[in-house]
This record gives sequence, C-alpha cells and structure tokens, in this order.
Amino acid sequence: MHSEPLPAFAPESPPTALIACPECDLLLQPVPLIQPRSRAQCPRCGARLYSFYNDRLEKLLALSCAAVIMLLTAYAFPIVGLNIQGTYIETTVFGAIDKLWQEEREVLSGLVFVTTVMMPSVELGAILWLVIPLWRGVRPPGFAPVFRAFQMAHPWAMVEVFILGVLVSLVKLSHLADVLPGPAIWCFGCLMLLLAGLASLLDPYTLWHAWEDARATPAEAMEP
Amino acid sequence: MTTRQSAARCGLALCEVCGQMSPLPPAQTPTRAKPRCARCRSPLHLRKPDSINRTWALLIAAYLLYLPANLLPIMETHSPFGTDEDTILSGIIFLWQSGSWLLALIVFSASIVLPLVKLLSLTYLLWTVKRGSTRNPLGRARLYRLLELIGRWSMLDVYVVTLLVALVQVQSLASISPGAGVVAFGAVVVLSMLATMAFDPRLIWDRAAERITQESPHA
Ligand SMILES: [Zn+2]
Ligand SMILES: [Zn+2]
Repeated sequence: MHSEPLPAFAPESPPTALIACPECDLLLQPVPLIQPRSRAQCPRCGARLYSFYNDRLEKLLALSCAAVIMLLTAYAFPIVGLNIQGTYIETTVFGAIDKLWQEEREVLSGLVFVTTVMMPSVELGAILWLVIPLWRGVRPPGFAPVFRAFQMAHPWAMVEVFILGVLVSLVKLSHLADVLPGPAIWCFGCLMLLLAGLASLLDPYTLWHAWEDARATPAEAMEP
Repeated sequence: MTTRQSAARCGLALCEVCGQMSPLPPAQTPTRAKPRCARCRSPLHLRKPDSINRTWALLIAAYLLYLPANLLPIMETHSPFGTDEDTILSGIIFLWQSGSWLLALIVFSASIVLPLVKLLSLTYLLWTVKRGSTRNPLGRARLYRLLELIGRWSMLDVYVVTLLVALVQVQSLASISPGAGVVAFGAVVVLSMLATMAFDPRLIWDRAAERITQESPHA
C-alpha cells in the first residue's frame, strides 16, 4: 500500500495512522507540522487537511466567548433606524423576523431565523460545549453528536451575508429617509470576524486528537 | 514514483465526522449491521450514498424555481399613489439609476449571476462524473470548492427584503410587504446549497485516478 508523504502534522496531535483527503480520497501519510500557524494541504487537490496553532484550545475558547457576547448584544440592539418625516422606526433581528411572520411569509421568516439566529447559536454553543471540557482535559459528554451538530450548522450560519444585506438596505433606504446604523450592526461585524477566526482554528483532526488525549468521562470509563 | 492511491481502493473508509480511517468490508458481503466508525459511531461509507441521484433531484428542483424567483415580484411597495411591484431585476435597475452602481453590481452578481453560475457548474460537474471524464480533475475540484464558498451569498436579497419590510411601515406614506418571488428565491438558494452538499467531490477523482493507475502499472 503506497501513500503520498505529506510534510506535516501538528505536534500537539501526533499522527497515529494513515489519513485520507476528505475531498479526493487520496491516501496520505501525515508528518508533524513544526511551524506554528501552518497548515497541511492535500498534494493532489489542495484541500485543507489539518493545521497547527500554539495554544489552540485557549484561542478557541477566547474567540468563542467573545463571539457569544457579540451574538447576544447583536440580537438585543436595533440594527437600523429610520427617520421618515419625523416618524422614527427601528428594528432588531427578532423584530424583522416577527414582521415577516405577521405578513404571512412563515417559510421566509423561518429561513431568516434559521440562518441568522439558530445556526450561529448552535455553531457557537457546540464549540463551547466541546472546547471548555477539552481545555480542562476532560472529555465532553456527547462529543460525536455535538460535533456533528457543529458540522451541520456551519454552512447555514450566514452572518457575513446578513451584514452585506444590511448595507444594501441602508443604501436603498437612504433614498427614502434618514437612516441611522444601529449598534447591532457593529456587533454583527465583530461576530463575522470572530466566526472567521474560529473557522480557521477549528479542524476535526486536532479536536478529535484532543478528545483522545483527554480523560474519559466516568460513564465511559465504566464501559468494558 | 509512488502510485497515488485512493483510500477506497484500499478498502479504507474515511469517517466524515471525525476523520478516522476504518477498514470497510466489500459491498458484496451481506451484513445486517451497518458499518459504523469505531471512534464516533457515525455511519461509514466509501462515498456519499446515492450522491448523483440526490444531487440531480435537488438541482432540477432549483432550476424549476429559478424562473419564478426572478420573474415574480420580491416586494410590493404600497403608497397613497398605488402599489409598486419590484422584481429582483427592477431592484437592481433602481440601484443603478440612483447612482449606487457598485451596489447594483454586487446585488446583480449575488442574485442573478451567482445562482445561475452555480446551477450550471453543478450540472457540468454531474455530467462529467456521469460520463466518467478524466479531464482536468483539479480544475473541477477547485470549481466545486468555489461553489461551496459562494452559494451562501445569494441569500443577500432575502435579507434586504426582510429589513425593508421591517423598516418601511409608515401606513400613511409607504409600506413594503414581501412578494411571492422572494420565497421562491430563498428556495433556490437552499435547494442549490443542498445539491452542492449532496454531491461527493471524490467522484471527480475516482475515474481520473483509475486512468493514472492504468498508465503506470509498474509503480
Ligand atoms: Zn485531496
Ligand atoms: Zn468517526
């Protein structure tokens, strides 16, 4: 059985066996990554395989805590305010979703809710659920289903698209009335950057290696 | 030179959840229990099951909704002077005429060009895989990665309509309500994203790899 040699695997998670590229199924022999902030790519198709960061779990924890705070503030404050001839109207994310529901566009309202509220929350909640115990050296309960929930939620959390949507609406409305960007738009902007940072830090290989290194939960240790 | 070997040919399946490799018995072996990953208990398979057919089904549904999404009004503006209906295209023309040509270009790319490019590219990928093409697998793999990256940006118009509906609610002056087009449009975005996820990019390489092995049997 031949496999392509690869110039790298993170020292924090030494390779135990062959791996396969998730996008082209090429069989690979992983080798430790030495350089911090480096990343191994598939030599055939260029897919991201795994990366090496110093203190990855601490960084993940810090970024995800900041992201949770930004997420909560983004939901609590208005996104845009509008002044039409003395009448001041402003809306939060929930206000906009509720308005669509009242207009009897339930499907649309659901789609906006799922992509801007539910999936980003599931994504962040799952990261915290996995990272806090791992950081303390303990295996989190339900690692596999929670990790799967994170993988499922990730493509449907569309915070950055929503921000572009807010900008387009601001320009469109500026022809009608005075528009005032609300505090939530800045929170969403920070959230976008934090989520991008989290996405580059997270990779399944190292998270699962951290899981293997961590102590088993009492319930698992009882199993034969 | 070493042969570039796919894991599937060695009887190894990659767990899509945790990345663990597991030996998978050949499909002919009648086993009652579905093979599962030893580490995370997720179901194992060499390729996404029924990938081509599921992708076709979702893709065709997306094509069917593409026309209503672009032709039906995405929002209705009610004012004392009557009701205006806006389609995606008329919204872009409005932005262009009011001088926001950069934004007009962004919305045009995200709402009209991207969904169409996405549907056509996915059709091309499916067609080349079905035909067993061995040409330029790297280019096609990159095209697939691009599709995964850009698909979400088509949600732009859905968010714009949501915000305009929520904000422009001055009964005596103007109020905006969402049109049927925006529902169809959201459906196109969701269906094409689901179609992209259903497609297995490893299929692009399977035939191409077969040919390389045939060309160099002494490796
Ligand atoms: Zn690859
Ligand atoms: Zn697994």
